[in-house]
Amino acid sequence: MNLTLKIWRQKNHSDKGGFKEYKVSDISKDMSFLEMLDVLNEQLSDSGEDPVHFDHDCREGICGMCSLHINGKPHGPKQTTTCQLHMRSFSDGETITIEPWRATAFPVVKDLVVDRSSFDRIIQAGGYVSVNTGGVPDANEIPIPKRIADEAFDAATCIGCGACVAACKNASAMLFTSAKISQLAMLPQGQVERKERAERMIAQMDSEGFGACTNTGACSAECPKGISLTNIARMNREYFSAVVSSDNV
Amino acid sequence: MSWVTKTFKSTLGQKLLMALTGLFLILFLVVHLAGNLQLLLPDEGESFNIYAHSMATNPLIRVVSIGNFAFILIHVIYSVVLTRSNKKARPVNYAVSQASTNSKWASRNMGILGTVILIFLIIHLRGFWYEFKFGELPTAVYDGVTYKNVFAIVSEAFSNIAYVIVYVLSMAFLGFHLSHGFASAFQTLGLNHVKYSPLIQKVGAGFAIIIPALFALIPVLMYIKTL
Repeated sequence: MNLTLKIWRQKNHSDKGGFKEYKVSDISKDMSFLEMLDVLNEQLSDSGEDPVHFDHDCREGICGMCSLHINGKPHGPKQTTTCQLHMRSFSDGETITIEPWRATAFPVVKDLVVDRSSFDRIIQAGGYVSVNTGGVPDANEIPIPKRIADEAFDAATCIGCGACVAACKNASAMLFTSAKISQLAMLPQGQVERKERAERMIAQMDSEGFGACTNTGACSAECPKGISLTNIARMNREYFSAVVSSDNV
Repeated sequence: MSWVTKTFKSTLGQKLLMALTGLFLILFLVVHLAGNLQLLLPDEGESFNIYAHSMATNPLIRVVSIGNFAFILIHVIYSVVLTRSNKKARPVNYAVSQASTNSKWASRNMGILGTVILIFLIIHLRGFWYEFKFGELPTAVYDGVTYKNVFAIVSEAFSNIAYVIVYVLSMAFLGFHLSHGFASAFQTLGLNHVKYSPLIQKVGAGFAIIIPALFALIPVLMYIKTL
């Protein structure tokens, strides 16, 4: 495959940035999208040009590190992570536009790399369960109905990649935050800090500069893990019941 | 900052206000439509004029109508507040976007749809509500009692094809606004349930078509009658 790549290049956060066009040739359709970018970067390194910076880590679709807004969609045309996107999803001779995630809360570090530590700070605000460490407890010591365990697990499959924010017209982090609140709110272990968690995580989400939710459903449609909108409704319930009943005046 | 102000400053609190006021306005549409349909009764506006009079003089309705204006105002103000913070959340737009593949047009353009509805509302209130309250209206006498003849100014307005077109188009915008707003309000309230959500979505879809269509039918039929 021969492709034209229109890639966003930006030296650093304060640089204005702009698109630059590159050609790559003899790309195998079995390559992943990131491998195709590796080929481009080898080419750029050989010619002494600064390679295109992009985030990646496990390349197995489970770490949430890869990003990229490809041809107008987060992680490209398939509902998967960019590392699991293959070049067979594109056609020979195509021009592919690659942009970084666009959000105030995800400032561009360089080229296609954005700083997603705002997600980490939302987790730090309450996305945990405080327990005294000790011996490993017996499995199934706390009874949890299978259906609840499954639903909590579905929420927990969120890898925090930020595609929801990238897809949302408001750059809202509701799907991420709701998944992280839900996975703990449904389980017995999460009950102790339940109200505090909802209040603190949402306050943190707002202070990071994410937008509000218009319920367009774009986040869930683009989520590589298919996190459901029911989590957002659950988060709203968690938050509203927390603010009216918690003793946090 | 007290917990109340903190809540209504949060994005979720602001969306809660949008949802609650929106649902009230949905309820208001039904009541308004029930009143309007009396325009079609073949009694030269007698029932409609008597109904308009009773609505304007009933103290309970007056309280509700003040609430209604307040809710419209809250709905508009918070839509501006939210839109501004949403725009701030993404200062640089994507060069390429395929939003149509992941969401419905109406859901992404509630602000534009709402703005058109607001403009219509201002024209609508100036033409009918203001005239009824403060204008010089012709009168009609039924059973020895004199009533303001609102029917007369409504039929006059609806004999104007331009007004009828504006009205019908505005109802189409209202339909699109409701097609997203109805179900979205329930989702914001946290009411998402396997048992009820499919029903809410179906009722919302039906509501978004039937209510604006019936509203639009009135000026169309009244215009046809003048031909």
